[in-house]
Amino acid sequence: MSDNESSHPKNRYSFAGKLRPLAGIGVALGLVVAGYAWAGGFLAPGHLSQTLIVDTFQDINGVHPGFRRNHAKGVCMTGWFDSNGNGSRLSRAQIFQPGRFPVYGRFALAGGMPMATDTPASIRSLAVNFSTPNGEDWRIGTLDLPVFPFQDPQAFAAQLRTTLPDPATGKPDQARIDAFFAGNPASAKAIGIIKSRPFSSGFANASYNGLNAFLAIDDKNVATPVRWSLVAADPFEAETTPPNDPNYLFDTLIARVQEAPVEWRLVLTVGEPEDATDDATIPWPAERTRIDTGTLTVNAIEPEAPGNCRDINFDPLVLPDGIEASDDPLLSARSATYSVSFTRRAGEHKNPSEIELGTTRPAKGP
Amino acid sequence: MPETFPLLWRLLHWLMAAMILAMLAIGISMVASLSNYHALVNVHRPLGILILVLVAIRLLIRIFSKSPPLPRHMPRHLRFAAHASHWILYGLLFALPLVGWAMLSAAGYPIVLYGPLHLPAILPHSDQLYALLRPLHTALAFALFAVFLAHFGAALAHRFIFRDGVFESMAIGSRRKDR
Repeated sequence: MSDNESSHPKNRYSFAGKLRPLAGIGVALGLVVAGYAWAGGFLAPGHLSQTLIVDTFQDINGVHPGFRRNHAKGVCMTGWFDSNGNGSRLSRAQIFQPGRFPVYGRFALAGGMPMATDTPASIRSLAVNFSTPNGEDWRIGTLDLPVFPFQDPQAFAAQLRTTLPDPATGKPDQARIDAFFAGNPASAKAIGIIKSRPFSSGFANASYNGLNAFLAIDDKNVATPVRWSLVAADPFEAETTPPNDPNYLFDTLIARVQEAPVEWRLVLTVGEPEDATDDATIPWPAERTRIDTGTLTVNAIEPEAPGNCRDINFDPLVLPDGIEASDDPLLSARSATYSVSFTRRAGEHKNPSEIELGTTRPAKGP
Repeated sequence: MPETFPLLWRLLHWLMAAMILAMLAIGISMVASLSNYHALVNVHRPLGILILVLVAIRLLIRIFSKSPPLPRHMPRHLRFAAHASHWILYGLLFALPLVGWAMLSAAGYPIVLYGPLHLPAILPHSDQLYALLRPLHTALAFALFAVFLAHFGAALAHRFIFRDGVFESMAIGSRRKDR
């Protein structure tokens, strides 16, 4: 190639006879493309990803356009949070300073069927967005369960796949379900804890738990592991025979909120060094310090509609400064998977929610 | 032989090259990773905004200072490709962070940079807008990757085939003397 330098400058720009450097450039570009393909998981099709988990929900429940792929049946709420300042001992987040802060959120049933029938054993969820004057948002997702049945996204997805209908019978294969729990003793134990407690009769008298551990960060940057709970002010009432209404859980909630605002205490349970932060299947000991940080009040229920809780992703890692994710592997996986579900439903034509009973009158303004 | 770009400009070029390549890698891996999603998204947002700031500075330098001219004998179609690809690069480097910022705004997410530091929403909350902008962000990212490949291939061609000093004009530590 040395003669290239001495030839006419215009000939520099011809590719004729320059096969070797051309091939070298081709290889270099190919390596770059391969590197990015590897980073994007394209070289490992079928690896457990957020897309695969959402696809599995769709395989089980079918696609219900516009609805969440899980916790599909739900209703929006608004209200406020009265912070008593106790939480500021552990976290510098503005939400724990004394004051009243607006909230909105969503009550829902676990599961991907938007028209599911309410039953006494329906797993209920409450998602809440807390807004503070400094412009921060805090989103929590809670369930009326004492522990979460799965340690990590791998176990969650493996169990989810066992609920896929068997092509031969059209029903989930009980042998596969049993095999999953035999191979995942942590999940079996958690299910035992869940089944040992009575179900409450409704949404309003249920207490909800965040289940995953987080880190509360104070103004000296000291991190304290915490789990949070919304503890019902309404007295617990165990479920009896449900009324003959497929939406009775939601209808009872709507009637209850119309009567008077419903309250929950936001309680932080403080983890000790020996308490697992990376395993939501294990309850923390009952004697752990519990800090009552204030009262969540729900004073209005409205059906899902454009711009309200329907179009919000209650990503559990939308956190204010002063709260951080723990090492629980479920947290990043939930954040990733909710995002896929949110993106899919955002672009879909919306169908009315099963819960379409008109806006309730706010019982009492903030 | 063209003269070189000023040292500060060259440093900015290579700094941004590293940031953009990291950004493309973070973007493509975070959407397929359950375990690293949160950590990667937390880097993706502030890094994208930093690139937006730096590309604005680059554009001002580009407009208000004189670039070394391309070699006199460079054919017209290659000159056109060089200029067009550079302006497409500038366009994409503005569009990607702005679309990212806009799509987070439309989704109703807080746009957290670091700790308590966050940006305001630049669009109203609208799932319809989000549904348009989210796939656009991905499409623009693939376009940027394609233009990067062309840019990288062209740089190597200037260095190993054309040997016309264009690569050296942006390189750091090449044997040619700065003028």
